[in-house]
Amino acid sequence: MSATRSVSKHRELGLTDFEYGLIVDGLGREPGEVELAMLSLMWSEHCAYKHSKKLLRRLPTEGRHVLIGPGENAGAVDVGDGLAVAFKVESHNHPSAVEPFQGAATGVGGILRDVFALGARPIAVLDSLRFGEVSQSARSRYLLEHAVAGIGHYGNSIGVPTVGGEIYFEPSYEQNCLINAMCVGLAPAQRLMSSAAAGVGNVIVLLGALTGRDGIGGASVLASAELGEGDADKRPTVQIGDPFAEKKLMECCLELLDRRLLVALQDLGAAGLTSSASEMASKGGVGLDIDVASVPLREADMEPFEIMVSESQERMLCVVEPERVAEVIGVCERWETLATPIGQVTDSEIFRILRRGALVGELPVSLLVDDCPLYDLEPEPPAVPLYGAAPLGGTPIVHGAPGEAVLLALLESANLCSRRPVFEQYDPVVQSRTVRRPEQADAAVLALGAGGDRIDAIAISIDGNGRRVACDPRVGAAEAVYECAANLACVGAEPLGLTNCLNFGNPEKPHVAWQLREAIEGLSEACEALEVPVVGGNVSLYNESPDGPILPTPVVGMVGKLPDAARAGRLGFARAGDAIALVGRFRPTRAGSELAKLQGEAPVGALPLKEAQPILDAQEKVRDGVRAGALQNAHDIAEGGIAVALAECCIAGAIGARVRLPDGLDPFGEDLGTAFVVSGAAADLDELEVIGEVAGDRLVIEGLLDVSVAALARAHARELDEALR
Amino acid sequence: MKFGVVRFPGSCDDVDALLAAQRVGEAELLWHQDRDLHGVDAVVIPGGFSYGDYLRCGAIARFAPVMESVAEFAREGGLVLGICNGFQVLCEAGLLPGALLPNISLRFVFRQVWLDVADPDTAFTESSGGRGRVLSIPVKHTTGRYYSPEPVHVVLRYAAGENPNGSQDDIAGVCNEQGNVFGLMPHPEHAVDPLTGSTDGLTIFESMRAHVGDTISV
Repeated sequence: MSATRSVSKHRELGLTDFEYGLIVDGLGREPGEVELAMLSLMWSEHCAYKHSKKLLRRLPTEGRHVLIGPGENAGAVDVGDGLAVAFKVESHNHPSAVEPFQGAATGVGGILRDVFALGARPIAVLDSLRFGEVSQSARSRYLLEHAVAGIGHYGNSIGVPTVGGEIYFEPSYEQNCLINAMCVGLAPAQRLMSSAAAGVGNVIVLLGALTGRDGIGGASVLASAELGEGDADKRPTVQIGDPFAEKKLMECCLELLDRRLLVALQDLGAAGLTSSASEMASKGGVGLDIDVASVPLREADMEPFEIMVSESQERMLCVVEPERVAEVIGVCERWETLATPIGQVTDSEIFRILRRGALVGELPVSLLVDDCPLYDLEPEPPAVPLYGAAPLGGTPIVHGAPGEAVLLALLESANLCSRRPVFEQYDPVVQSRTVRRPEQADAAVLALGAGGDRIDAIAISIDGNGRRVACDPRVGAAEAVYECAANLACVGAEPLGLTNCLNFGNPEKPHVAWQLREAIEGLSEACEALEVPVVGGNVSLYNESPDGPILPTPVVGMVGKLPDAARAGRLGFARAGDAIALVGRFRPTRAGSELAKLQGEAPVGALPLKEAQPILDAQEKVRDGVRAGALQNAHDIAEGGIAVALAECCIAGAIGARVRLPDGLDPFGEDLGTAFVVSGAAADLDELEVIGEVAGDRLVIEGLLDVSVAALARAHARELDEALR
Repeated sequence: MKFGVVRFPGSCDDVDALLAAQRVGEAELLWHQDRDLHGVDAVVIPGGFSYGDYLRCGAIARFAPVMESVAEFAREGGLVLGICNGFQVLCEAGLLPGALLPNISLRFVFRQVWLDVADPDTAFTESSGGRGRVLSIPVKHTTGRYYSPEPVHVVLRYAAGENPNGSQDDIAGVCNEQGNVFGLMPHPEHAVDPLTGSTDGLTIFESMRAHVGDTISV
């Protein structure tokens, strides 16, 4: 290969000349075809986090409940009684923008594998989705319909409940939708598995599907570059999901772990065999020999480099002691899952690729995993606002419109309307753990045990609001953390750990770098205040189209624990005559609010600053009230302000309320994650700020509005129902 | 009283059915390749996506070795309950009349629905509380629209306005002429615990136990 040809080749694969120079220096020679393919993927943003790793070090990762922190397939926390909960959120944005059904489906498949690679049985999926304006964009309706169908197809078919999620619609996601999927798994703590390869002479066994040409270069071509024209040509780089194959693979892996037959287990995700094998070797401080001729192929004539970087789904890699290989293959046969020895662990710290015994590539593991340069970003706040106003829909809200009209318009807006047409396409109850399903509470609740007087449960929430982060990346990102914790408090749960997915534009642009740095700072401050560690996550950069970057969208997933599943809190008002209280220091403003959007304003302006102590106090009050059984309902005040929060409690409970807001409180202003609407017997609420009572079949806010709950429910139900018709 | 719950590759609600059955009796899993029914008194074919259901739902599962034994068990009068995918399998196997077609919406639907007990005198509904009783049980399926060109023995109907899939005559569950094989699209095993929903589904399992207790000395 001549020097000039190799120069153009490495650029095609996404490496800069500088990076290629480092590779040649590190290797002492030019890399061959297989080696270059492998390095280009391992040195991509998707695998190496080269533009984000330095900033990510800021995130707090330690805490007393942490069993596994960042760096493994997923994080895990201790939930007591010898049980561990593993979880992680990950993006599949660019594949879904190109092919929404398979992109979303394989996003779910990938995050499930991350969790069962750890030895945890997946018990819940949540998803966080972003699209363009659904009422104005046929493309967004198409992406929504097919992404939702893809998530349902995979999760429903594999028997893991989809228990929650969130969706927002903003113009900046028009070309570049976001599909983030979170999986939560449960394991006996002692079954938790490492991905570190160990034991020289041990056998590397590939489990699961045949290896084909699908997804070649996905991590570098799709995930680490901006979207643009010609994306349709990239459809072949999107993988195809087979939930049935994964169901068998999952049951098979869990049985192998139960029988203690494995030394290490790792899923095959982005960059396929290359990434899984080199990360296993790196963690174990060993080398590997893999013979590509042993890999079972879907297409017989695949080149070694194709085999090494294929992103075919539903595959896992494990390390097995030689004398146990036959037993491993036996278990896999019972589950109709392929198991093929393809190599062994060596003491060389070199990753050697062979083809029928002949060497076709040889790279130091450290060069693949550790030596990719980490870049300093050049953050700079934008001189002018980056994002314009969303185009107004049919009936914009004029300033000074009556309260009833404002509330109804907010309830039927795409961002606040009922998600039922979406979540009805997901199975939330399989596995018989689901104590609170969508629409019943602010967080999903899953029982950990069965029987007995008091059953422990976990609560899960996922949250993020790009428009708030666009206004102020630091405060907006902190709000996502506080709101997740608020959601958990509403069901009586205390946070144990957090996972995040940082969806941003091109970090090589100074203003995106600034958003990223500020958002990580905000996340970190909120995590420190709540003492909730980050146990894992994912970064998705280059979310841009020719129209510009997406709104900066850090998505936070949080897991907490509650001591008594039977007392998990509910969203809806429950009993006529109950008092309604406002809990928390609530300082709502209009900047970045849903109302500001519907009035044609861009996402700019200062958000209310967050003070940790009042937030912690409010969450504790609500959590304790729910746990004591004193609160009949609890709901955090989020988008649309306290008026929308009250309406949601009325709709969910099919009952009305009479409320008098504190003097001067903006009914539609927002201050996310800080305050709650709760209800209960007046005697139980005597230490709280009572603002009204549950009564009748209308929501009455004195001096502002008087609407029937039926009308609220109708407005709430409409928009997505029509979009998905 | 012992229930056997069949596990095909791709079964999803097998453990749920096992746990539900264990609330009223003993229960164990039966492996799809095993012809031995282990002496169980009733068989449950659970929900899920047997063999992936990439063909017509249940079309492959009917050929599983265990199904030969289930068919023989049914011919001899043994109680067989098919839930969702299990209902589809029983129709494909010819143990129940009719077929399940794609939902009118062509989409998967999860919903807690009300069911009318059309026949409270079957082996599967005798403990349900009698005619006029309504049961709250969830459905979750893509292919649940029941169709039969012939008259059938209807056991459960979706209550007025509750039909989630366009089923003929609001049919939610049917049994065979002998009354010992019953299939339904709703999931009674997901309505057995007040913690996770209603307990109305438990009546199906209780009916089966009562029936077996009446006819077999336990």
